[in-house]
Amino acid sequence: MFSWDLLANAVVAGVLLGGFYAAVSLGISLTFGLLDVVNIAHPAFVVLGAYMAYMMNTAFGVDPILTGVVLMPVFFLVGAAVYRIYYGSFERRGEEALRGLVFFFGVLFIIEVSLSLTYGVDYRMVEAGYIGKSIDLGGVGISFRLLVPFIVGLVMTLALHLFLSRTFYGRAIMGVSQDRLALRLMGANPVRIKTIAFGIGIAAATLSGTLLIAIAPVVPSTDRDYIGRVFAITVLGGLGSIGGTLVAALILGIAESLMATFFGPSWSLAVSFGVLLLALAVRPAGLFGR
Amino acid sequence: MGPVLVALAVLAGGILLASLRVNPYIYFAGYVVLQYIVIATAWNILGGYAGYVNFGTPAFFALGAYTAIFLMEAYKAPLPVLIVAGGLVSAVLGLGIGYLTLRLRGTFFSIATLALSVVLQTLIINWDFVGGAKGFTVIRPSPPFFGNWALLLFTVMVGMAAAAVVVARFIERSWIGRGLSALRDNEEAAECMGVPTLRLKLFATTISGFFLGVAGAPFPYYVTYVEPASAFDLNYAVNALAMPMIGGTTTWIGPVIGAVLLGTAQQVATVTISSELNLLIVGVVLVFFVVLAPEGLVGLARRLRGR
Repeated sequence: MFSWDLLANAVVAGVLLGGFYAAVSLGISLTFGLLDVVNIAHPAFVVLGAYMAYMMNTAFGVDPILTGVVLMPVFFLVGAAVYRIYYGSFERRGEEALRGLVFFFGVLFIIEVSLSLTYGVDYRMVEAGYIGKSIDLGGVGISFRLLVPFIVGLVMTLALHLFLSRTFYGRAIMGVSQDRLALRLMGANPVRIKTIAFGIGIAAATLSGTLLIAIAPVVPSTDRDYIGRVFAITVLGGLGSIGGTLVAALILGIAESLMATFFGPSWSLAVSFGVLLLALAVRPAGLFGR
Repeated sequence: MGPVLVALAVLAGGILLASLRVNPYIYFAGYVVLQYIVIATAWNILGGYAGYVNFGTPAFFALGAYTAIFLMEAYKAPLPVLIVAGGLVSAVLGLGIGYLTLRLRGTFFSIATLALSVVLQTLIINWDFVGGAKGFTVIRPSPPFFGNWALLLFTVMVGMAAAAVVVARFIERSWIGRGLSALRDNEEAAECMGVPTLRLKLFATTISGFFLGVAGAPFPYYVTYVEPASAFDLNYAVNALAMPMIGGTTTWIGPVIGAVLLGTAQQVATVTISSELNLLIVGVVLVFFVVLAPEGLVGLARRLRGR
């Protein structure tokens, strides 16, 4: 079964998939990695974004990624609101560890069930000019369906990196993850900063969801597959390191693609969770841990 | 002796109910509620007493169910053997995640248990001997007594629920429970005070795993068709968590109250409304309680009595 052509194709597809995985994981790197908020509902927001793209695409023929970009401010506000509830109910009382986790698990469940009540449990997909086309580079096929999300993923990674390192709010987010008291002394309100960061995390999640539905059809329970992936990538990437997230996402994308090509797609999901279990058990600080 | 007598009384009551032979659907629905009493109680031994949130309930439940399927397929083993074996295999998995707590605390432990569930599901999907992704159809022999499987399984579940609650109550009242709540509040401090935290955690994960497996072992007999998606259903994870949270996680009665209320409500909603909507209700009730009544109904009752 082995051939170099197959290997090259698998690696290229894996790299493209990895760029998309980076987009999905950026939000969780921000909220979980930097802010220590265990937003386990993150993948549900990804799928919610995918369904928004589906709705706009079937009703008005809007490009899925355009929908994602347009809806970002809306989901920024949704994220900010979710964080406010979380903060008021758990973090302020210092009860975030156990109950906060359960809270987000409940939010995940509510979003998933609401989606299956509204849209049913059939696979949904979108149509756009680039879906279905591909180019051939000496035996290695590159499908636009994967290439476009890959590029968007890279742009998102770069944008978040620049935001965190160059702007006032970005630096404040890095600051709040290191020393809340010091940030307060600098005249910035940690809760406000965290609200903004959480809003960005959720907005990034829904944008990546519109990439998800461009790559493959989506059902409401797709979020379960991504719980392990996003946490595996975030932990492997070193909790909050944006560059680390991209590298970890590429590693996971290639590993999954190889597994799917040579052992069958039903095994590829085990790769991410296996990586996660291994990373947690052997090196919880990840490859690029602080 | 008190709790054992109460358990025997419950057992007798259950058998009496079984012998009354009311509408057979009552036994069918009652089985699910009782199964949730076992699951919620087992989850709470680890989650409520020791403070380690297990999202991997479906892994343990399904492992019990698939151990039963394997033994049926390979050796045509009878029901009691299936239940004991299902419990023991899940207990071994529990011991395994107990060692995981050495490195992983708090949220990382929870995420790891969720990952465990998916890895196990992938293995089962790719294992054709127990049906793989296609699922497994159980051909039940004629029931040894009662002449009706729903009735027989209901009675078995009554016994298992009673056993789980007695064990949970014993753990809670003994030094083990005090040790577990010490490590829940502050693991380092407990270790410093001489609490054998590792041994207690291993005990809690093993017992919890055992009862989750026990709850899953009769599942193939109950549904007669098992596929990975139904055995590894995320609903078990949510319910295992929601029921103790709603009832109250610090006492043995909390999970029982939660399981009876939420389990019954779901059974009624499934029949009268729709099974999707009843899941939504579980999610909303869970979030509602965790935000507004973190101590659960038991905590609410205590607060009212305190005034």
